[in-house]
Amino acid sequence: MARRRDRARGAYRSYRAQAAERSGVNTLRGEWRKLPGPVRTFTPIVILLGIAIAYPFYLSSLPTGNVPLIYSFPSVRSAVTILVFTTMAVGLNVVVGYCGLLDLGYVAFYAIGAYTAGWLASGQFQQVNFHFGSVGVSRDARGIHISIWLVLIIAALLTAYGGVLIGLPTLRLRGDYLAIVTLGFGEIIPQFVRNADSLHGFDLTHGTFGISPIDSPGFGNRLHTSLGLPAAYSQEFTADRLFFWTALVLLLVTIFCCIRLRDSRLGRAWIAIREDETAAGAMGIPLMRTKTWAYAIGAFFGGAAGAFIASFNAGAFPSQFSFNISVFLLCMVILGGMGSIWGVVVAGVILSWLNVEGLANIGTWLNDNIFPQSHQIEVAKYQFGIYGIIIVLMMMFRPQGLIPEARRKREIEEGTRGALDEPLYEMRGADEPGAGERGAGGPIPRG
Amino acid sequence: MWTAYNLVHSPATFFTIFLIGLQQGSVYALVALGYTLVYGILQLINFAHGDVFALTGLFASSLITNHFHLSETSSVISIVFGLLAVFLIAMAFGAIIDAGIEFVAYRRLRNAPRLAVLITAVGMSFIVQNISLVFFDVNFRSIPPLISEGDVFSIGGVGLNWQTLFVVAVTVPVLLILSWLVKSTRQGKAMRATAQDPEASAMMGINVNRTISFTFLLAGGLAGIGAVLFLVQFNIRYDTGFELGLIAFTAAVLGGIGNLYGAVLGALIIGMIQAMNEGPFLWAPGSDWTRSIVFGILIAILVFRPEGLLGERTPEGG
Repeated sequence: MARRRDRARGAYRSYRAQAAERSGVNTLRGEWRKLPGPVRTFTPIVILLGIAIAYPFYLSSLPTGNVPLIYSFPSVRSAVTILVFTTMAVGLNVVVGYCGLLDLGYVAFYAIGAYTAGWLASGQFQQVNFHFGSVGVSRDARGIHISIWLVLIIAALLTAYGGVLIGLPTLRLRGDYLAIVTLGFGEIIPQFVRNADSLHGFDLTHGTFGISPIDSPGFGNRLHTSLGLPAAYSQEFTADRLFFWTALVLLLVTIFCCIRLRDSRLGRAWIAIREDETAAGAMGIPLMRTKTWAYAIGAFFGGAAGAFIASFNAGAFPSQFSFNISVFLLCMVILGGMGSIWGVVVAGVILSWLNVEGLANIGTWLNDNIFPQSHQIEVAKYQFGIYGIIIVLMMMFRPQGLIPEARRKREIEEGTRGALDEPLYEMRGADEPGAGERGAGGPIPRG
Repeated sequence: MWTAYNLVHSPATFFTIFLIGLQQGSVYALVALGYTLVYGILQLINFAHGDVFALTGLFASSLITNHFHLSETSSVISIVFGLLAVFLIAMAFGAIIDAGIEFVAYRRLRNAPRLAVLITAVGMSFIVQNISLVFFDVNFRSIPPLISEGDVFSIGGVGLNWQTLFVVAVTVPVLLILSWLVKSTRQGKAMRATAQDPEASAMMGINVNRTISFTFLLAGGLAGIGAVLFLVQFNIRYDTGFELGLIAFTAAVLGGIGNLYGAVLGALIIGMIQAMNEGPFLWAPGSDWTRSIVFGILIAILVFRPEGLLGERTPEGG
């Protein structure tokens, strides 16, 4: 019934589009449509990319101090954080968006990545003196100093391995239970790094003080003199810009990998599991292995991003890894539209901007321009309340996200029987096999 | 093993810790019941519940110190009646907030995907926490020691202090009343029916929405009592509720979520574990590790016995 109505609605839409084109209102749009597919796909991406890459150059010429609503544009330093968090959101999107596994403990991967960087590229382990391709560090400095580029990959692999270890025992669980277990890991790992400063007298994580300083990336003196590449970012005058471009590359690589993965055999298997786990299993998809891959790959990007931001902040501190971060990343995925890469990127940039400086800026602007001197508000104080309101309103009025993926949208409209889409009322016994075979969940009569 | 060793090693310490565990477990039980009631009927983890607990606790603290002006020097009668009034008001407050959250946020999402409701619960948790922050600021709130920490009596070096007695004396009747309410009243029957099959109960003429509201009222009321009991023993802050809520939820899962007796049993076990871990036992890891241990238990339970100790199949403890 509902499906027939939707089809009718779709036909009406396309009829309207044709009418608009015939009437010549959208000549420009028509011309645009005639361009070859790749051009249409890549033109906006290239333009956006150009704007993004050049950001550090034209930032200084942008107005600051009294831009309407946003007050001023984010500094390059904030932009790095924004990009890194967006990268993490894209990584989380693999787990939540593609595979439909609710993960409330993604911060654990962030922590593992950051601490791997701390262990492998700082003076944490004074007992040893191991250097491998590190830049900007004195040869005599004690501790393990491995080139950050390698550390990024090692951290990502190690975190992926951590994801597999967490995933293997827990991925049998469905829905809520999986969410709670991941939440548990997300709480245990930060507490572990907070407390592991004397494991039988061995200082693994340096407790609440965290590991600092962590080496910064760079290309070494030889490439610096021959090609002019930066030797070590932290020693350069324009360190923030270099970090910005590196973060941008990291994000682009992540996006590219995620798009390619989505269209791969594995990605299609993920989406099948998201839509209907029982049916996917019946069609011969190995459920455990596929889900574990989703976990490992989501963790991989989280770990790389964590290691990078640790290097950028030159430290890893346990206070960075709170439950709020997990929720915050999840919000980016939900707001953007689960499974929709561009949606997640947009939501990630907006939300992390709000988190880094946006809310404070908006508050300043409101205080300067709207509210009288006597009634100033302290927006920072309401920060989490504002997130809460955004989340709740979004769930009520646009549960499919800002830029929903077409396929995901159809799933919501048609009410597929995936783990995430079962309506509240149909859930009893959803943890037993065969729970998906219950009757269609129509609206419950009220009263 | 370890517990038994400590029992033999110093029995007095063991029983003292047992009482502390009982005291902590009682508060967890009241909060855990709120989770389990709601989960039983809606299959929803009401993340905001812990924050409702904290908000109610903060509200009760201001009630005690600013409105009733109770202090340790007040007469016994005024303390007894004052606390009674605080209990009633806190119950009503918690109940209204919890049911209000359901009315504002969850009710509209009755047929929405499960994830949407879960995320909304997280959002509501943030909102309630922020409300606490705005009204009560970031500082810890405490009340004067109305219930003395002195011993009622002591046997062989193990003292039963007034606080433990008070907490247990409040919790036990509340649990009995709850059990009666769910088992023997018409409304309780409606709750159990809705938990089993909302569609069929709607067909049988049960007002499903009203029953769900009633469940939230009940959960909020229990959280209110728990909050006052918590306040008698500890300080409270706007974010106290989140962590306590997670621990209470663990307790509910441990006992078998949806199962009322399970929630109480789980809460007592978690309370004991926490007391033993933080107490002066030999080789106790200490309070730094409490959360890790509690969540480790949670993970182990979910992986090896997801239905909990007493099983989840019995809706609403029926």
